[in-house]
Amino acid sequence: MTKNLLTSAVFAGVVAGPIAALLQFYFVIPTLLEGELFETGARIHFGADGSPQSDRGSPGMGGDFGRHLMTVGFNIVTYVGFGFLLLAAMALTEMKGFTRITARSGIIWGLAGFIAIQMAPAIGLPPVLPGTIGAEVEARQAWWLGTIVASSIGLWMIAFARGPIALAGVVLLAAPQFIGAPQLDTYWGVAPPELSAQFVSYSLAAAAVGWTCLGFFAAWFWTRES
Amino acid sequence: MTGQRRRYMTADVKTIARTQTRADVALLPIAFAALAGLMLLFASGYAQASVLHDAAHDQRHAMAFPCH
Repeated sequence: MTKNLLTSAVFAGVVAGPIAALLQFYFVIPTLLEGELFETGARIHFGADGSPQSDRGSPGMGGDFGRHLMTVGFNIVTYVGFGFLLLAAMALTEMKGFTRITARSGIIWGLAGFIAIQMAPAIGLPPVLPGTIGAEVEARQAWWLGTIVASSIGLWMIAFARGPIALAGVVLLAAPQFIGAPQLDTYWGVAPPELSAQFVSYSLAAAAVGWTCLGFFAAWFWTRES
Repeated sequence: MTGQRRRYMTADVKTIARTQTRADVALLPIAFAALAGLMLLFASGYAQASVLHDAAHDQRHAMAFPCH
């Protein structure tokens, strides 16, 4: 059984990781590379003449295939890691008799994982386009990790607990957002706000698809008749 | 949840325990899976070593890992 649980997580990550990477290559990476033009000063928004206009246009994917190969590799590592955590939660929940996991319910688990691990922390700390400076990294990591833990437990309680305990799940889900993420008291971004906003929505959308695939395939591999 | 649905769910779970071995998953492999997941995510999202950081750069940005 150990083998089944662990191999299912690996297989699901190996499927979902490249799907997420593919979407990143089409949507996210070209936006990120355009952001780097502003980060390095190759392109300047609000130039010396005070003009708020700057050229639009991504440099595309570029030819750095080693770099892109690393992106695929780390997506697989990340999604296998997510897969381990997701399947651990699924298995524990099923073991305790709260639910029965199916490939279809895996889709919901994947979406819940997206909400708890991508969406909730991104509300306070949106995905960062290169060229944007954030608050001190340790403080952000602490809020990010705390938000993920609280949101995961909160969502689980809403899904599987009854009565006031389910309500406590809502509190857990909301609390990190009301506490608030660490922010600087000045703006430092050098890239156009449109580009940054586009980067955020592309990143979250790619992660939503990746997580949904991960949930489905994790449950499918795990529950399939052996 | 209504009483009827709850009874149905309980019966359902018993059926799984009897017929499908996956309900036999023990706590230890679950804990092992969780630990393995945390270790992989630490490497891909959290570790500050500059070799790891540069290689994972684009992916970390895309996943909104707060790494710098």
